[in-house]
Order: sequence, then C-alpha cells, then structure tokens
Amino acid sequence: MPDGILLEYVPILTLILVGLGIGGVALIAPQLLAPKRPSRRKQLPYESGMIPIGPAQRRFPVKFYLIALLFILFDIEIIFFYPWALQVRSLKTLALVEMGLFVLILLIGYIYAWRKGAFEWER
Amino acid sequence: MTLIQAVFVLFAILTLGAGLFTVLSRHLFHAVLYLILSLVGVAGLFVLLEAEFLAGVQVLIYIGAISILIIFAVMLTRGMARNPGPPLNNQSLAAAVIAGLFFVLLAPVIAGFPWPQATQGVPADAIEALGRSLVDPNQFALPFELASVMILAALIGAIFIAREKR
Repeated sequence: MPDGILLEYVPILTLILVGLGIGGVALIAPQLLAPKRPSRRKQLPYESGMIPIGPAQRRFPVKFYLIALLFILFDIEIIFFYPWALQVRSLKTLALVEMGLFVLILLIGYIYAWRKGAFEWER
Repeated sequence: MTLIQAVFVLFAILTLGAGLFTVLSRHLFHAVLYLILSLVGVAGLFVLLEAEFLAGVQVLIYIGAISILIIFAVMLTRGMARNPGPPLNNQSLAAAVIAGLFFVLLAPVIAGFPWPQATQGVPADAIEALGRSLVDPNQFALPFELASVMILAALIGAIFIAREKR
C-alpha cells in the first residue's frame, strides 16, 4: 500500500488534532487564567444549580438500556444503506424492491416498538 | 521504516495499549473508556488494510453504538461505584503461569502458520461491489434480507425483556 493513501486521511487527522486542541485548551486555559477563590459551596458538585442529593454514581433505570439497544439495531440497519445507496442509480428495480422488503421487515419492528411504548419515557 | 509502517505501529500500540489498560483498570467505567480507545485503534488498522467500509462499520457500530450499550450496562450494574478492590487476587500467579504456557504453545503455531498472501490489491470500487452483491440474488440478497429478520428478532426480544411491566 503506497504512502499516498494516507493523504486521503489528512482531513480526519486534522479534525482529531483540532478536537484534541480545543479540549486541551479548554482544560488548561482556566488553570492558568481563571481567578480562584474557592469556598465550600463552590466546591460542591455542580448539579444544574440545585443542591446535590445522593451519590453521583448510582444505578440507572433499565429504560436507558432499551434506548441504547434500539439505537444499535437501527444503526446496523443504516450501515446496510451505505453500500446500497452508492449503487442505487445503476441498479435495477429488483434492488429497490429488495431494499423495500428489508425496510418493511424493520418497519414491523418499529411499529411493534412504538405500540409497546418503547419510545415513551414516562410509562 | 516507511510512513505507512510508522502509522501501523502507532495504531498497533494504541490498540494493544488501550486493550491492556482495559484489562488492568480497576474501575469498570474506565475500562469501558479504554475499550473504546482500543476499538478506535482497530478502526485505524482497518483503514490501513484499505477496508474503508469495515472502518466505517467499526466507528458507527462498535465505537458509536456498542460502546454506548456497554456504558449503559455498566451504569445499570449494582455496585459499579463501590471500591472495586485490588486488581490482583491470590490466583494471579497461577493465572500468569497458565497464560504464559498457553503463549509458549500458541506463539510457534502462529509464527509457523502459512498465512495466505493477498495476490491482488483492493479494487477501487470495493464498496460499490459490496452494494451490488448485497442485492444480487446470486450473491447475498437472501442473507441481506435475513439480516433484517435478525434485527427484528433482536428488537422484539429487547423490548420484551427490558420493557417495564405495567
């Protein structure tokens, strides 16, 4: 593999470096610049302005897990679209029908999830 | 050493180093963060193999989705925040000896195995070819449709198990 292919990834490298740079500056600059007059109340954990209650690390409701699982499944569905979408102009009707069937089967799951209230938070 | 080899070494160190920290982290949550870093390294290795689609899948599915699932699983775990205890226990020595023996057994096999060499480079339109073969009835059309059925099964199973009973 020639070195030239690395040039294609220079934008991604730049993005990573800029991201690290912004994060790094945001962490380091306040250490150097910000005035520090700590008081007991200021050093409390920040909880949107309210007085913090209970431990910070506690168990989360299982609802979050369901949301994450639904996210993964539709993420996997989307990944199948990429190679198909690159070719969709040169493919015949059959390809469209097959993708339609693929989406239709998942739509059944989507309707099931909807009807079972998986998208509703308060239940 | 060419530039590409240097990049490979960098990604290999990232993958293995982060993997090591994943195992050695005392806090389960930190272990997950190191695991994500290790998966980033694997995505880089896929790029170096010119498997761009796999690299994209790695980023979207593993780094984007699976790691979130693992983080939620950790946060759902009882006692995640408690003192995790020392990373070593009294079976460490025995485990190290057995792992070392296994390495001695495995290393010559891996070194001596006639790994096949790629005879031709990756075609420029590999992703397009994948897209064509996914809907070609003579190739992967049936597995492709079955994949949606599997996702459907996983979705219904997840909702059935995780949904709070009314």
